[in-house]
Amino acid sequence: MASHAADTHADPHVVSTIQHHFESADQQKDASTIGMWVFLVTEVMFFGGMFLAYFVYRQAYPAAFASASNNTSLLIGAANTTVLICSSLTMALAVRSAAVGKKNLIVLFLILTLLLGGTFLGVKAYEYHDKWVRHEVPGHNFDCRDESGKACIDAGHTPLFFALYFGMTGLHATHMIVGVGIILFLISQARKGAYGPAWHTPVELFGLYWHFVDIVWIFLFPLLYLIDRSAVPK
Amino acid sequence: MITATPPVETKKNYLNQTEGLKSWLLTHDHKRIAILYLLGLIFFFAIGGVFAALIRLELATPAGDLVESNTYNKLFTMHGIIMVFLFLVPSIPAMLGNFLIPLMIGAKDVAFPRVNLLSWYIYVVGGLFVLVALLMGGVDTGWTFYTPFSSSYSNGYVVATGLGVLIGGFSSILTGLNFIVTIHRMRAPGLTWFRLPLFVWAHYATSMLQVLGTPVIAVTLFLLVLERGLHIGFFDPAYGGDPVLFQHMFWFYSHPAVYIMILPSMGVVTEIVTTFSWKKPFGYTFIAFSSIAIAVFGFIVWGHHLFVSGQSAYAGMVFSILSYVVAIPSAIKVFNWTATMYKGSVRATAPMLYALGFIGLFTIGGLTGLFLASLGMDVHLTDSYFVIAHFHYVMVGGAIMGFMGGIHLWWPKIFGRMYSEAWARVAAIIIFIGFNLTFFPQFILGYMGMPRRYHVYPPEFQVLNVLSSAGASILGLGYLIPVCYLVWSLKYGPVAPPNPWGATGLEWQTSSPPPTENFEVTPVVTQEAYTYTSEEVVHVG
Amino acid sequence: MANHAGHAGPHVVPKRLYFAVFFALVVLTWVTTFVSTLDLGRWNIFVALAIAIFKASLVVLFFMHVWYSTRLTKMIVMASLFWLMLLLFLTMADIWTRTWMGVPGR
Repeated sequence: MASHAADTHADPHVVSTIQHHFESADQQKDASTIGMWVFLVTEVMFFGGMFLAYFVYRQAYPAAFASASNNTSLLIGAANTTVLICSSLTMALAVRSAAVGKKNLIVLFLILTLLLGGTFLGVKAYEYHDKWVRHEVPGHNFDCRDESGKACIDAGHTPLFFALYFGMTGLHATHMIVGVGIILFLISQARKGAYGPAWHTPVELFGLYWHFVDIVWIFLFPLLYLIDRSAVPK
Repeated sequence: MITATPPVETKKNYLNQTEGLKSWLLTHDHKRIAILYLLGLIFFFAIGGVFAALIRLELATPAGDLVESNTYNKLFTMHGIIMVFLFLVPSIPAMLGNFLIPLMIGAKDVAFPRVNLLSWYIYVVGGLFVLVALLMGGVDTGWTFYTPFSSSYSNGYVVATGLGVLIGGFSSILTGLNFIVTIHRMRAPGLTWFRLPLFVWAHYATSMLQVLGTPVIAVTLFLLVLERGLHIGFFDPAYGGDPVLFQHMFWFYSHPAVYIMILPSMGVVTEIVTTFSWKKPFGYTFIAFSSIAIAVFGFIVWGHHLFVSGQSAYAGMVFSILSYVVAIPSAIKVFNWTATMYKGSVRATAPMLYALGFIGLFTIGGLTGLFLASLGMDVHLTDSYFVIAHFHYVMVGGAIMGFMGGIHLWWPKIFGRMYSEAWARVAAIIIFIGFNLTFFPQFILGYMGMPRRYHVYPPEFQVLNVLSSAGASILGLGYLIPVCYLVWSLKYGPVAPPNPWGATGLEWQTSSPPPTENFEVTPVVTQEAYTYTSEEVVHVG
Repeated sequence: MANHAGHAGPHVVPKRLYFAVFFALVVLTWVTTFVSTLDLGRWNIFVALAIAIFKASLVVLFFMHVWYSTRLTKMIVMASLFWLMLLLFLTMADIWTRTWMGVPGR
């Protein structure tokens, strides 16, 4: 079985990676995992505050939000969501590869995750630029208009939508950029054979982080892109 | 009785294990990190105290003759921000908690020592942001940063201060995260949850609050900074933004924050009361669960800060009822402490004086909280000196007294020296008197209608204000005295034995000060917590 | 693909399951996109959120292994959701009820 060959050189760190204050590798891994989950709890509450603001303002100004939301690109949003979901798959497969000791696959899947994540960020950058050009960034030059040039419905309240759009997707993108940085580090470690069935905690824990960022986007997509997309005029 | 000490003991402990600034600034040892925090805490307490002094100086006369109103606004704002975020929130958890929790559970360190060190650096950076903002001119919005004044109209350094608090918040989050994992996974063999010292339970509850609440104020301040810095309006009424939303988001954290400030102190009080009553706590399980109950209920009462803000009356009613409910677990603790002392062998040592002071003053503070929780009464009392008196009773009469008591109880353990018991008792009593003289008149002032955050007031309020200012100077003196004898004890105090008080708890089974790895051999716990035997009674002083 | 029975490590999830979850997530993404173009009135938001919650659950349970995790992990996840709901719904309790009581005198 191919896994045996991978096994023999995959775990040079088994003994040395137990930190001095832990009694065993199991305790260390368990503690680290709980630590990452508690961190994700803080992230839930951190993003949660913005979701609250969104919730409050959407229900206060539904027409403005719908009109502003229609200015986002449905196709780009759905495609980008798909890209991010793909990156979640490749990340899960990277963790799995580490668990079964396939070093080359770990590196491959991490690289794919990196590329997919980078693609997502590139598309977002394009969307941001597009919004800037169309005067949809809140500030002095703000002017919300649809494709035909007509002003957005309830335009006076549309800056709130865009403030939340940039705030929420911006915070999300920042988390992804940090994630991209960490993937680069994991790739370099994986290439040196640092991760194997006995120890691959950093890959696993980063996987949790990456999936969390994906989940945030799973909610951002419908909330920001899919408000009132039916063609029926109101 | 102070005697000259023999030459310093040569036994290695965490203080002398390694030397040099770098060994302290790059330490992974939770005990050293606790000392680093202590230095920061003293520094910020002093600055916050200076602002308090200036406030009370101004308020000694009805006219605004010491400072202008703009300056006065900055004084009370900076006093609040520094005292709440840079002193009270980290005080017990980051200092006593960090030092003691691994010892109390028989562990070598917290779960994530490097994260612990990082949390201190983050605290320092956050504090620096606030200091720089202060030196550039400060903020005048009140520590509550209400919009739209803070987002649109204030001329103060809101962004810098907001960022400082935001960054400092992450320090608190990391401390809480570390404690949760540590308490879950690093307990010594035989140490089940219900054998834990109640100090640990208190910190577990506090950590829940830190982890679940602090991120919300972080994002709230983040949005405020975006709004003010980039003019992206989240709370701006011009775009239909809701200033009350800011208040909801702010208080969602800031109310649980007051429980972050009081719960650890309650944990300290439990340890002091049991130690100096020579008795196990009455109702261990009740005390443990009441800590968790306070943490949970503490999250669903924040609307009582919004009673007059335009919040719906129905929401107000719900928050009012819940605010009464949250008082119950606190009351349970007071009953249990009292019952613990009943028929105990009570010794009125300095820590015990602080604990007794806590029990009395926290009770008053807590009861006056109920006045404020009543919708009708709050309409009259809100934004008056009654509120100020209330929260200083719980925060200073409660939390800080607990902190002082804890510092004294564990001073021998932390520094290996005994302090002067006589001076300590004198200071405790001076603090108690000074505190009450400062803040009790403020209940009356508030009831009579004196509003908070004004540097002028009608002349008929002057007598009570003068009493309050006089009390403040006594209180200030009271806080200076421990600095003197505690620092003095570091060099000249008698060398402390491992367990000077005859207390139970694993931290007392190791030497004073402890070695870097805490225990020579990992302890195995075979008995329940707080098993006091009647044979040994230790004399103090 | 086989689990390493000799190691006291975590359960290794079969690749099939990952691909199945992935497939469901992608399909649901396009379903929710399509449904948003239909006029369901006030139900649009509920359908969109329901789909999003289901997708998120798949990620949490299988990509993040919570299905196979300890009770403590599951409790931590539930706690985070509970507190998020507290934040959202208790605040909305104010917003939603503001108009229930008229202004005295009008």
